[in-house]
Order: sequence, then structure tokens, then C-alpha cells
Amino acid sequence: MAARGVVVIGAGQGGLDTVATLRAKGYGGPVTLVGEEPVLPYQRPPLSKGFLTGATGHDELTLRTESFFAAQDIAVVRGDRAERIELDVQRVRLASGGTLRYDKLVLATGSRPRTLPVPGMDLSGVLTLRSLADAEALRGLLSGPPRQVVVLGAGFVGLETAATARGLGHDVTVVEAQRRVLARALTPQMSDWLAGRHRRQGVGLLLGAEVTALHGTPAGEVAAVQLLDGRRLPADLVIVGVGALPETRLATEAGLLVGDGVIVDQWLRTDDRSVYAIGDCARFPSAAHGRHIRLESVQNASDQARCVAAAICGESAPYTAVPWFWSEQYALRLQMAGLTAGHDETVTVGDPDGARFSVLCFRQGRLTGAESVGRPADHAIARRLLSSGTGPSPAEARTPGFDLKSFVIKPSSPAPAHA
Amino acid sequence: MAKITYLHPNGTATVVDVQAPNTVMRGAKLNNIDGIEAQCGGSAQCGTCHVYVDEQSTVPLPPMDSVEDDVLYGTACPRRESSRLSCQLPVTEELDGLVVHLPEAQS
Ligand SMILES: Cc1cc2nc3c(=O)[nH]c(=O)nc-3n(C[C@H](O)[C@H](O)[C@H](O)COP(=O)(O)OP(=O)(O)OC[C@H]3O[C@@H](n4cnc5c(N)ncnc54)[C@H](O)[C@@H]3O)c2cc1C
Ligand code: FES
Repeated sequence: MAARGVVVIGAGQGGLDTVATLRAKGYGGPVTLVGEEPVLPYQRPPLSKGFLTGATGHDELTLRTESFFAAQDIAVVRGDRAERIELDVQRVRLASGGTLRYDKLVLATGSRPRTLPVPGMDLSGVLTLRSLADAEALRGLLSGPPRQVVVLGAGFVGLETAATARGLGHDVTVVEAQRRVLARALTPQMSDWLAGRHRRQGVGLLLGAEVTALHGTPAGEVAAVQLLDGRRLPADLVIVGVGALPETRLATEAGLLVGDGVIVDQWLRTDDRSVYAIGDCARFPSAAHGRHIRLESVQNASDQARCVAAAICGESAPYTAVPWFWSEQYALRLQMAGLTAGHDETVTVGDPDGARFSVLCFRQGRLTGAESVGRPADHAIARRLLSSGTGPSPAEARTPGFDLKSFVIKPSSPAPAHA
Repeated sequence: MAKITYLHPNGTATVVDVQAPNTVMRGAKLNNIDGIEAQCGGSAQCGTCHVYVDEQSTVPLPPMDSVEDDVLYGTACPRRESSRLSCQLPVTEELDGLVVHLPEAQS
């Protein structure tokens, strides 16, 4: 039987890494990458950071050049949507009318911004931030004279965008329904510290505040954000950063198992053995969490892509990578590794006042996660320790002068063997 | 523009011309050279653009700052005296002739 090869739906971080790894591992069958966006795969993290200020240009966003796909014999379908998956005949139908047959299908469709169920979300000047096109629109608005910006949601995208907008001289208020910023992602210590930092930069932070409506001008432009407690915040630009929903429509309609993400097993297979799902759209069993989780990070999309490509090449191994994430707000480097939720003890090392510290999280005496600001060595070492299942005890971490660097071997000199 | 040699763990070499303002990391990406992941896209966060500068190399490199030094604690392959983050090596004329070894694994 002639190989129909691999079809990957979604030409983002995970999709690209899947096709690139397949070829790097010597996969010889046809490989097709389908993306609805008109551009080649690009990285999203700079969209809320350097791209908005102009520090990061278009060229630096692109992950691979046109020549890469040609040289690797990877067919890239751009500006076309996968509309339907026919599991019984292993075929994908495209919006353009084309069809693609597959031996293995990888869903890497990512996620899309959540919206708020309040009136006024369709006013002009209300933006979400997910794609390059979104970021271009926002960059245009932020490059002009100072505006009154209201950011809805104190998640990573919301806070990064708030920091960037503030840095560009805009008046910025962040409205968050929870009582803490990044309540689900960060420990209370880190969350409170970060909130203080935003306030010191002059960002208004309204926590525990609920938005009930957006008001507009007669011309249909956003003018104010209405809160439940009666407050009305003037705004001529509203950025909605209230989280993302996994892009699962295709999987649901095909009859695959779905529940806040396409459900996969520890090999990232859906309940159809020819179909995998990875990245933002996938819900996978995490050994560390002891349950199915969904992660929205470059690390997760990238490592899952490599895991699936290896499986397709016959090197099947369960997905066990240590999760990690970074964020940049103002000049701060915020990095997280492992699991910070579910801890029963934390130890703070370093100097919070000097914006150089880490919160180490422990459960039953074992290191499970680390959050760092301005301490990249702590983050780097924690990642290694978490993947090897070792690390300091809470008591060791509390010893005056403790440094995670004592857990690594000093750099050695010999050149690599193949020199 | 600088000629940069990327040596793969299997002993093969890829020699490419890289233009400013790219970095040694970006030079690998633009020229489809495997072995550099660069998950963080060059912002000195991930350590997956790790290279070993050839010990014989006399090409002058910019000094390592403390962030790069810190990130190098987390590389998948052992850190050595010759370890650098390729995203922190901007390409200049001075870098012409640089030889870097790619590690066996990046993550
Ligand atoms: C503004 C912003 C900042 C971020 N910052 C960070 C950060 O600092 N650090 C970090 O680790 N992560 C960050 N992330 C998250 C990270 O970018 C994502 O987790 C990662 O891109 C997920 O990769 P993916 O392949 O799952 O999805 P994506 O990269 O989103 O790719 C999915 C692609 O699939 C396409 N698609 C969907 N459905 C179809 C269809 N039916 N047919 C064809 N194409 C389809 C979409 O258009 C999209 O291009 C950020 C994300 C955003 C939006
Ligand atoms: S690309 Fe991430 S540290 Fe260099």
C-alpha cells in the first residue's frame, strides 16, 4: 500500500515541530502541514512583548524559512482550514474543497481567546490577542498617542500586554475577577509580589472586580468598562485576556473523545489510534499532577510534537517532560518550572526587594516546582532537578546562604568527543 | 557577514554565511541546521540553543553576561568551559570563521 503519510492540522508551534522532527528522524513518507493563517509558522510569545513595542520584527517571529519546507519535502497548505475529519476513511476535508488522506493525523490546532458573555464585546476598540494579525492591529493602536487602556483579565497575556502598554506610556488598568493576579498559575507569594510590581509601575489593578458591560459611543467605539460594583472605567482601548479555549471543533465533530481539550493517553493518542493531539488543544494525563491537564506553553507544544514524531517513527515513549514557562513583564524575567499548585510548603530564596528571588514549592518534603524572578540559574537548575526527581529538602533550602548552584557539578573542560 | 561552521555530533559539518543582525542561533535556524531547538526564540530563557565553541577557535566572542551564565546551568548536555548560548552570540564580521559543536541533545 502506498504511504499516505502524515497530515498535521495547525501550523503553529506544535505543528511545525512535529513535521520538522519527523524529517530530522528520517521519516520518508509524505508530510503535509495545514494552517488556516496566511503566513508561515511563527512564534507567539513575542506578540505580547517585543513585537508590540517594535523591538522584535516580523522576520524574527518566523520559525522557519520557505526553503526549509521545500528542502525537507514538507507540503505546507496555507490560508486553508481543515473543515472535517473522516476517521473511517482516514481523510481530511479542507475548506477550499481539497482532501488529504493520512496514515497518521496530528491535531495541533491550538486555542482561541475566550470572550466574556457581556454586552459590548463587539464594539470597535475591543481586541483579543492570539494571532499575528491580532498583534498587528494592537501594535497599530499602541503606537499612537496615549490611550486609556483597560485590560480584562490578569493572566499572562493580559499582564504582559498591560506591562508593554504601560511601557509605551499608556494609561493602563487591569480588571480581574479573582482576588489575585495569575491566581491559578502562581503561588500567593509570587502573585502578590507581581501585583505590587505592576502597581509600582503605575498600572491600576482592580482585583475581585467583575465586568458587566462595555459601553460604546454612538459611533460604535468602546468608551467605558462597567463593573458590577457600579464603577465605570473610561476606556478607548479594551484588551480581553480572559484565557483561552482549546480549539476542538474538528475533533468533536469527528466523534473523538473531547472534554476541555482533545483527550489523549500518555502517548498522546486520541481514542482513534491513527490520530494524535498535541499542544494547547490536547488534554493529557500528567504523572506529576495525577490527572488529565491541558498546558498552554511553547515547551509543552514543542516537547509533545517531538514525542509524537518519535512515536510515528516507531520510537514510542510516554510523554513525561517537566513543564516550564516564562513570562516577561517590564524588565522582569519570570520563570516557572514543574508543579507549583498542590504544594504543602514553600521556601523563598533570594531577595524579593531586589527582584531576584525564587519560590521553591514542596509536597511531602519533595521539590515539585519553582518560580523565579531574576534568578535564571534557579530556574535552570530546578528544571534539571525536577526531571531527575532529586532536589533539596525544605530544611536544606531554608539554611542561610543556601544556593541551588550547590546541586550542580562545576563546568568541566574537555572538548566534545567528536572535536 | 561571517562564515560559521556547525559541527554535528556525528562528525559532519555545515558551513554557512550568516548576516548581521542575526545570531549564531538564528543562523542555524535560517539555514535549516538541526540540533538547535531555541524554544524561547532567543530570549535567553530556555537553554535549548546550547553550543560548544571549538577549543581551537581564536575568534573573539562577546563576554558572557550573568543571565547567559545562569541559563547554561540548565542545558541538557553537560556544560563545559566552552559552552555558550548561541542566541547570545550576535553575528559580526569578527565572528568570521567561528566553529561551534552542536550537543547531542537540547532538551
Ligand atoms: C500573546 C501570547 C503570548 C504567549 N507567551 C508565551 C510565553 O511567554 N511562553 C510560553 O511558553 N508560551 C507563551 N504563549 C503560549 C504559546 O504560544 C502556545 O502555548 C503555543 O503556541 C501552542 O502551540 P500549538 O501548536 O498548540 O498552537 P498554536 O501555536 O496556537 O498553533 C495552532 C495553529 O492552528 C491553526 N488552526 C486551528 N484550527 C485549524 C484548522 N481547522 N485548520 C487549519 N489550521 C487551524 C491556528 O490558526 C494556529 O495557527 C503565548 C501565547 C500568546 C497568544
Ligand atoms: S534560544 Fe532560548 S536560550 Fe537561546
